[in-house]
Amino acid sequence: MPMQKHTRLILGLVCLLVAVWLVAPTLVVIPMSFNANKSLAFPPVGFSWQWYENFLTNPDWSSSFFNSLKVATLVAVLATVLGTLAAFGLDRMRSATASGILRMLLITPMVVPGVVLAIGIYAVYLDAHLVGTLGGFVLAHTILAIPFVIIAVSANLEVFDKRLETAAASCGAGRLTAFRTVTLPLILPGILSGLLFAFVTSFDEIIVALFISNPYLKTLPVQIFTSITRDADPTVAAVGTVLFLATSLVIAGGLLLGNRRRKS
Amino acid sequence: MKSTLATAAAKGAAIDIVSAIKRYGAFTALDDVSLHIEPGEFMTLLGPSGSGKTTTLNVVAGFTEITSGELTVGGTSMVGVPAHKRNIGVVFQHYALFPHMNVGRNVAYPLTLRGVGRAERERRVARALDMVKMADFAHRYPSELSGGQQQRVALARAIVFDPPILLMDEPLGALDKKLREWLQLEIKRIHRELGTTFVYVTHDQEEALVLSDRIAVFNHGRIEQIGTGRQLYDEPATLFVGKFIGDSTVLRGEARVSGEETAITIAGETVTTRRRIADGARPVMLLRPEKLSLARPGAGAGGRNRLSGEIAEAIYLGSGSKYEVRLRDGSTAIVRSPLEAESFAIGDAVSLCFAERDAKLLADDDQADLILT
Ligand SMILES: Nc1ncnc2c1ncn2[C@@H]1O[C@H](COP(=O)(O)OP(=O)(O)OP(=O)(O)O)[C@@H](O)[C@H]1O
Ligand SMILES: [Mg+2]
Repeated sequence: MPMQKHTRLILGLVCLLVAVWLVAPTLVVIPMSFNANKSLAFPPVGFSWQWYENFLTNPDWSSSFFNSLKVATLVAVLATVLGTLAAFGLDRMRSATASGILRMLLITPMVVPGVVLAIGIYAVYLDAHLVGTLGGFVLAHTILAIPFVIIAVSANLEVFDKRLETAAASCGAGRLTAFRTVTLPLILPGILSGLLFAFVTSFDEIIVALFISNPYLKTLPVQIFTSITRDADPTVAAVGTVLFLATSLVIAGGLLLGNRRRKS
Repeated sequence: MKSTLATAAAKGAAIDIVSAIKRYGAFTALDDVSLHIEPGEFMTLLGPSGSGKTTTLNVVAGFTEITSGELTVGGTSMVGVPAHKRNIGVVFQHYALFPHMNVGRNVAYPLTLRGVGRAERERRVARALDMVKMADFAHRYPSELSGGQQQRVALARAIVFDPPILLMDEPLGALDKKLREWLQLEIKRIHRELGTTFVYVTHDQEEALVLSDRIAVFNHGRIEQIGTGRQLYDEPATLFVGKFIGDSTVLRGEARVSGEETAITIAGETVTTRRRIADGARPVMLLRPEKLSLARPGAGAGGRNRLSGEIAEAIYLGSGSKYEVRLRDGSTAIVRSPLEAESFAIGDAVSLCFAERDAKLLADDDQADLILT
């Protein structure tokens, strides 16, 4: 049945409304970042680049940004390697019950309330002198990121045709070679999305980070949080805008790449 | 010694399976299977579903280890040798092409693994694709090919490294009849050209007859008989084989053995043959449709075995006719008569005639009926 003109119109309006509702809170940040005054009031007054300048030059901001980048990159790599191996192992376990229990265990960090986990990690880190260290951050965030990788890779392994590995063996490929040349390329989409999830999980993680930060090492979310609780610094808005644009670009690029690959 | 090995590698290797047993827990999938396959032979494993054909093939390929027994290929024991070191080509029913590689790279894959140089690799890939008539498709991806085309590519991938043995597990199972018949001839041609030992699995007896030098008939994890198609058809060793290969009529009745003669009485009529089988077994007669003839009751040659019945179905085949005759005891006989023979209509009362020498006497086996129906 062809859609009537006014039904179409209503549908379009509703979609627009939902879209605005979803994006508006993010978009509000953009004008605020150009505020001429040191206030987070909306609507902003005047226009200036000073908060962007502050973000780049103030060591508090730039170092926390680079800390986050460093931690997230290391976490993404580590969690992806470990998570992929774990997903593969779970997939190949003989006993379905054992595999199910192990999977549940590995995914708990995603389900357990962040504060509970944070307190536990903090307690251990105090003794182990890991508070405020790069290694401490990477370790804690990897625990949080591994479940995302396991879920993404498992979804791909589920649809992967294991008989292709048998075919590879008949062609002369040992198990490792078969994994590298057949399994890996075919589950790569899952691994890549796991990598992205892991990166993002670490990059915007705040609960655990609040506990294990110290003045020498803090991540961007911690810096944003402390700055906004101390004073109404519009640098927060500038940082938000930069992150918003960066993630939009990455996702748009990813979508474009995916489209191109599917076509070729 | 060295030179014979080299020619064996190029020409096809012998396979010897000796007393192979494969158990899955309490279930015995292969029950004392012994099979010798000559170098360059086309051997077909034929049998109903679950009879152990795939298991046997997997044992040779190295995907499954036997619980006990011996397996040698070209005189070398393969027990414990992993699949990827056996140098055996395998074609699967489900094609199993690598979806992320195009046809050319799929076929080149075994050569890449063997470190074959680029120029040589391209030459051999082209030759293999030529052989399966897929040379124009090298740049396509598997998802862009039909089932028949994919299976030809899979065949090219399995022969490109000149394995001495090629295993095929119902490679044409998913294709329609026309394509299947054409590919059967292609496979036969490739077998002739390569001289490789082919082991082919199917549950289609016609396909087995078209392709094979010899056929091993499987049933319940055992081999019932090994022989050429003609041997299996003319001299079945068991009732199961007789019923599985070709059409057949089984006459079951009260059996009486006197000297070298066996008589079977079916609903008051007695037929005889100058054969006998081992004491203790219940004999049945197996008759091929073209060895049976029909006559009006009372007419026709005397002195032959005769049973009365009624035409239940008459089918005109062009080259002749096929009749189903309901015998007095309710069982059905299948008769093929040539064009020039008298024709009958459904409901006609007839005499079913056959010569003594055409009746095969076999031991009864109720299992044979169970599996085939
Ligand atoms: N991994 C396994 N675990 C338990 N039983 C198995 C396993 N693989 C096969 N079997 C059993 O072994 C028997 C023989 O199986 P096989 O696959 O060899 O049959 P097949 O002759 O190839 O039949 P089909 O024509 O249906 O392919 C079957 O009864 C099957 O259920
Ligand atoms: Mg099978």
